[in-house]
Amino acid sequence: MFDSSTLLRQRFAALRSTAELFSLRHVKQSHQSLSVRRNVAEPPFFSQDEGAMLTVRVDGVEAYAATADLSQAGLQRALEQAEALARRIKASSLLDLSGRPAPDGRHDHVSPNFEQPLPNLADCLDLLAAESASVPKDERLVDWQASLGISVVEQTYLNSAGAELRHAQRFVYPGLGVTASDGLDSQSRSLGRENFGQQGGFEVIERCGLVGAARRVADEALQLLLAPNTPSGRRDLLLMPDQMMLQIHESIGHPLELDRILGDERNYAGTSFVKASDFGHLQYGSKLLNVTFDPTLREELASYSFDDDGTPASKQFLIRDGLLVRPLGGALSQLRSGLDGVANSRACGWNRAPIDRMANLNIEPGDQSFEKLVSGIEHGILMRTNRSWSIDDARNKFQFGCEWGQLIENGELKGVVKNPNYRGISADFWRNLSAVGDSSTFQVLGTPNCGKGEPNQVVRVGHASPACVFRQIDVFGGDA
Amino acid sequence: MSTLYQQRFENLLDSLNAAVQPGEQFTLGYSAEHSQFVRFNHAKVRQAGLVSQASVHLRLVREGRQAEQQITLGDDPELDQRRLHDALTQLRQTLPLLAVDPYLNLDDSAWHSHSLLEQPLPELDEVLALIEREAGDLDLVGIYAAGPICRGFASSFGAFGWHQANSFNFDWSLFHANGQAVKANYAGQAWSGETFAARLRQARDQLAHLGRPAITLKPGSYRAYLAPAAMDEIAGMLCWGGFSAQALATGNSPLQRLYNGDAQLSPRVSFSEQVSGSLSPAFSDEGSPRRDLLLIGEGRALERLVSARSAAEFAQEANGADSHESPCALSLAPGNLPGEEVLERLGTGLYISNLWYLNYSDLPAARMTGLTRFATFWVENGQIQGPVSTMRFDDSLYNLLGSQLEDLTQEREMILSTSTYGQRSTGSSHLPGALVKGLTLTL
Repeated sequence: MFDSSTLLRQRFAALRSTAELFSLRHVKQSHQSLSVRRNVAEPPFFSQDEGAMLTVRVDGVEAYAATADLSQAGLQRALEQAEALARRIKASSLLDLSGRPAPDGRHDHVSPNFEQPLPNLADCLDLLAAESASVPKDERLVDWQASLGISVVEQTYLNSAGAELRHAQRFVYPGLGVTASDGLDSQSRSLGRENFGQQGGFEVIERCGLVGAARRVADEALQLLLAPNTPSGRRDLLLMPDQMMLQIHESIGHPLELDRILGDERNYAGTSFVKASDFGHLQYGSKLLNVTFDPTLREELASYSFDDDGTPASKQFLIRDGLLVRPLGGALSQLRSGLDGVANSRACGWNRAPIDRMANLNIEPGDQSFEKLVSGIEHGILMRTNRSWSIDDARNKFQFGCEWGQLIENGELKGVVKNPNYRGISADFWRNLSAVGDSSTFQVLGTPNCGKGEPNQVVRVGHASPACVFRQIDVFGGDA
Repeated sequence: MSTLYQQRFENLLDSLNAAVQPGEQFTLGYSAEHSQFVRFNHAKVRQAGLVSQASVHLRLVREGRQAEQQITLGDDPELDQRRLHDALTQLRQTLPLLAVDPYLNLDDSAWHSHSLLEQPLPELDEVLALIEREAGDLDLVGIYAAGPICRGFASSFGAFGWHQANSFNFDWSLFHANGQAVKANYAGQAWSGETFAARLRQARDQLAHLGRPAITLKPGSYRAYLAPAAMDEIAGMLCWGGFSAQALATGNSPLQRLYNGDAQLSPRVSFSEQVSGSLSPAFSDEGSPRRDLLLIGEGRALERLVSARSAAEFAQEANGADSHESPCALSLAPGNLPGEEVLERLGTGLYISNLWYLNYSDLPAARMTGLTRFATFWVENGQIQGPVSTMRFDDSLYNLLGSQLEDLTQEREMILSTSTYGQRSTGSSHLPGALVKGLTLTL
């Protein structure tokens, strides 16, 4: 762990610059991707990536240069390129960052069980092959895949104010998916994949429930193929955690990103229906809604001690008792807006600059068991596992779809329905939150696929949530 | 600069050829770029930087087994050779742990391809000065990305491909004080300051239309014109497994019913993968020469994109598709509608410049949802009445490009991808606008 630190420290100390502040963010990551599809192992894929971003501040203007040449000369060249660029854009720069405080201090953050060995490649492939082989023989089961992704990331942030902040993290992504088709219609059911990732070791695979799940997942795909379409109309909606994570992500996370509110993302990811003046005033949801930025759940995908600008991370309420109190904005956005934010300035790697991102964005548990949530619904529907997502550029009008639907009548779960979709408007939707599940319904989930930014970046985000009920939501099915 | 990247790639290739053992075969992909990224907000520079990156993707094959590794190169020939040899060693140790791959299917031809386009790029100072002169008083937001891009491929069978081009892509929006915006883009390989200035002025002129009060529509079916940029979003959804041999064989394609013969599109619709003349490399990431393919002809499914692996798995013939079987240069044939007659032929309905955030609400039915974004106007009797507030649509492709399609425009736009996920994209699409009798708005 941190094998490069000594050399990096020496090379950073030898850099020469006239900048008022400069920093180096070194990222080294390896990835392994294994998959068995329809009982055949796909070629294993490995990757090794390493590079550094040099960022400077010259006369209040910041610029960067990213390079994979980590020699003394390579780092010095990148530093000088960044300095030259900062001078070149000075007359056109939006921001004067003279005097912006620089992080300092030293800290190491390590994922839980980081150094615990994982099963070797052959054992991992055997595990996946066994799951794949457990899918029953049925001509309607046309596709299935068991997969395992493992990423190891080490990052070191050094700056000319003396900071040395290091992270060593391991991310594990188990997954299983089965597709059933009758030639005209197809229905898929999945476990993990884009909806589940955590930091840690083999225990992540156990928590995901991958081992022994193939038969159930295949059976659910076949049930969906035979199920009627979701009926159209207004119903109470019980969302399970693996759909809540998407609902939180799109209609709370993105609208609260401060750089969107400041207009940086208007050309690509979009803006927000939330205004800077709404913080402290807007009743975002019902009084049952409590949303936190929480980097302290150690296994959650985006837990860390410092963000990529070197700001220390701590748990903060963004929405308390339904009231909007704090945006998702890092140190720079806080300086620009005058609002208190969180430590969420993040980059996807060494070749992209940090911007405001979600990290771990969670809903705090309530007081109702799953049985109580269901029994409180007279005419409703349960939905689980996201499969489709679409929301406008202000993050207001949304339409989401799930893999699995189950009707609820008079407080009881009834038949399975396919193509469960629902739509609404963020600003109204959360005010219809009528019940929040307790800790027995709470799940820590996350996805590696949150896209945003110009140039584009994909980052890991964590979402933990209980099951939740929303009153009178517009639900509907598909055409088939 | 012109031969530096290629020389580095060839040096690595020589080193690899010397290191492989009898019985081993390999493919080696190469990707590099030196990029200038400048973000703008309020017509000022919000964030600026340079990114220099290169990587190779090595696939090692022996006795019917294969494994792959991608490594970032460090701009140091000795270090890069060491990294490549380390990757070779790891893959060599991995292969005995694997079962024989029944779908291993290598292109063993010794094809050669070479393309080098090095038109000069503008100095950043010139770009900044033009933006200040033409849009300094406007609320401009967007990104300028520019620099050389390289893609290479070689195999132990003697295949060699090289693609290198300087390119730029300035993608921006102009915002009216009322929050409405117009989107614009200037991208290509041959920079012209005059053309760029003209595009900036054109966008400024369009902004004037957005000052009228916004019109809010109720859900329902509306006559609509979808401009090429809006069509690009729909075409992008079809690239998401639509033409993929694997997706079609496993029930995961939105065009499953079309390819099964259970549905068809309008006879006006002909989609091609038109690699020749595009900005994409002439060879796939798997190391096969790409082919121009007629995917949909007069509304009926024809060819599909077949990778080497799918060819082996589904007993089809590989046709130069990338490993993920997505088009890189999708082209929709033009129609008969002259561009200057669009408003008149639309009559009363929606003029939609851009769509946003599409996804499937029912994939096997090719039913998709998404939203209007940027300049969308309500038109009455061929006259623009004002901008339309954001609306959601939810409709099937078999309606939009099937029963409801009235015509396609005679003119098409070449749209160069603005994607910079991981690296700058070389993808493009060539699309007309579409006039449809009914588009279903739901929210």
